[in-house]
Amino acid sequence: MRGRTDVRRRLLITVAAFGALTLACCLVAPIVGSTKISLARVFSRTIPYADNVDAQVFFIARLPRVIAAVVVGSGLALSGVVFQALLRNPLASSDTLGVAAGATLGATIAITVHADFNLFGVSVIPVASFAGSIGALVIVYLLSLARRRGTSSTVLLLAGIAISALLSAVGRFVQYLAEFTDTARTMQWIMGSLDVGSYAPIVAALVPLTLAVAGFATLPRVLDLISMGTESAEARGVDVVRAERIALFSASMSTGAAVSLGGPVLFVGIIVPHIVRLLVGADHRLVLPASALFGASFLVLCDLIARTILAPVELPVGIVTAVLGGPFFLWLLFRRVR
Amino acid sequence: MAALPSRSLIRRAALLVLLVVAQIGVAAQMAPMGATRVISLIPATTEMLFAMGAGDKLVAAGSYDRYPPEVERLPRVGALLDPNIERILTLKPDLVVLYGTQTELKNRLDRANIPYYTYVHKGLPDISETIRSLGRRVGVAHPADALASSIEARLLKIRSDVAILPRPKTLLVFGRERGSLRNIDASGGVGFLHDMLEAAGGADALSDVKRQSVMMTTEMVLARAPEVILELRYAPPDAGDAEDMRQWNTLAAVPAVKNKRIYQLRGEEYVVPGPRVVMAVEQMARTLHPEAFR
Repeated sequence: MRGRTDVRRRLLITVAAFGALTLACCLVAPIVGSTKISLARVFSRTIPYADNVDAQVFFIARLPRVIAAVVVGSGLALSGVVFQALLRNPLASSDTLGVAAGATLGATIAITVHADFNLFGVSVIPVASFAGSIGALVIVYLLSLARRRGTSSTVLLLAGIAISALLSAVGRFVQYLAEFTDTARTMQWIMGSLDVGSYAPIVAALVPLTLAVAGFATLPRVLDLISMGTESAEARGVDVVRAERIALFSASMSTGAAVSLGGPVLFVGIIVPHIVRLLVGADHRLVLPASALFGASFLVLCDLIARTILAPVELPVGIVTAVLGGPFFLWLLFRRVR
Repeated sequence: MAALPSRSLIRRAALLVLLVVAQIGVAAQMAPMGATRVISLIPATTEMLFAMGAGDKLVAAGSYDRYPPEVERLPRVGALLDPNIERILTLKPDLVVLYGTQTELKNRLDRANIPYYTYVHKGLPDISETIRSLGRRVGVAHPADALASSIEARLLKIRSDVAILPRPKTLLVFGRERGSLRNIDASGGVGFLHDMLEAAGGADALSDVKRQSVMMTTEMVLARAPEVILELRYAPPDAGDAEDMRQWNTLAAVPAVKNKRIYQLRGEEYVVPGPRVVMAVEQMARTLHPEAFR
């Protein structure tokens, strides 16, 4: 079939181009930073690791950050694509469905009650925020089911906004009761940070992200049809209920993984899918892999800006993505209005 | 014959003197020296008032005030962000000690004609200055001066004890995400934490960053290479502490990690810039220079 080989070719070109961009970002980012390091020293075999500051800056301070940015960026971008297609709304993202609010509430509670436990080397706050994000999405999904068999995008969207507001209100109440220092900690978490300090949280986040990617892999064709409307998709033989379940499950897993690792980094889930669609068109077979790669490189670059622009001090990465993302979001909005 | 001042001139001068005296009298009445019903909303000033012997003048305290134990008997009227103006007014204070940023509260007190004393956290020298001026304001000038002088003398003693010792490059951490090396908050090159560290004979690893607090990353810790890391804790110790402190071992190239010079300092006195600050500086100096205090 000619159409299929054509898509294969385009997929190959797309993945090669975006992959090259991601690779370039990931190679440059660990070398650049507020401290000067020499690559020769980083990989030197003569200096013992315990005394090798350059190697530790590279392997502890920078490399985990870059990998975390890849995980968080691709996770948020992928879930953004899926939420936008599923809800047939260009401004939808994980934030819309209350995931960010749920994650924030989880983290806020963990910080405020000074919960302390370790799960496979991951501290309590990422675990709590992951639970919060999944919890929020489960509530929203159950609410949307209550209306009819299968979800309705309008109900899902409205339930998401309502739950988001409710969870934020509960979060604010918890913060009101909290001590100053805990409130400050919560604010820091909300602004997002990729300085994860070790590889354990990254490995932990890769588990749900892998599940999510497996789910997303079954979706491209279905999402193309669903984004035209559920009725026409059903008419073409798509099991919409099942597809929606897979989509929501995968998107919540990838968002949960991303947010628990880096905090609710703003706008990545909205901007990246749109830029990618502008570049490669609306075919989800291209949009999904391209978004994952572009989301990764976008966040690696934003984090690079965040940690160098005010050196020696650092900006929270969420501020950089918001400063870049806010105007873009407005442009998107007014472009549609016109 | 020298001309004598005319009679009318003398009369005018006398009148002037009388007027000035009367003015002073009115002023004295407007700002009564010696308040009797004081509300303090800030932990540091509450501690100062108790320490200068004016604790019995307090009729209410802020909700975060925990020291000295006598503070427990006082009703609470909110704090920095949520002062309960209604309760403050019903207690009929003749002086409210509040924080500089509480503009709304100041406006309300102005309208109710209740005088207030504005306080802001600054450096270490400002603590004794605040004690002196607050003491004059509540009418215990002498004990307050004595307290301030003894604080200054004890700080001076610590400074001189460590003066000739080498000053280790120290990172003063006052917050961090539990169980990880994320969101590390450290004291920058200004403010009372920085002053305390310098007084205790440490060289602030962030002295060139002119901010009260700096959000640190692992890269910054590695780059700054502190010889000592002091971690301030306010909560009581618990079972997870040892594991939590082991997180630093990841940064093996940092001299403080290599030489096992990472210490926890525990207590509110490290974050409340009140009279207990002397104890805090003393403990810091002992930690930084164990050899000098044997």
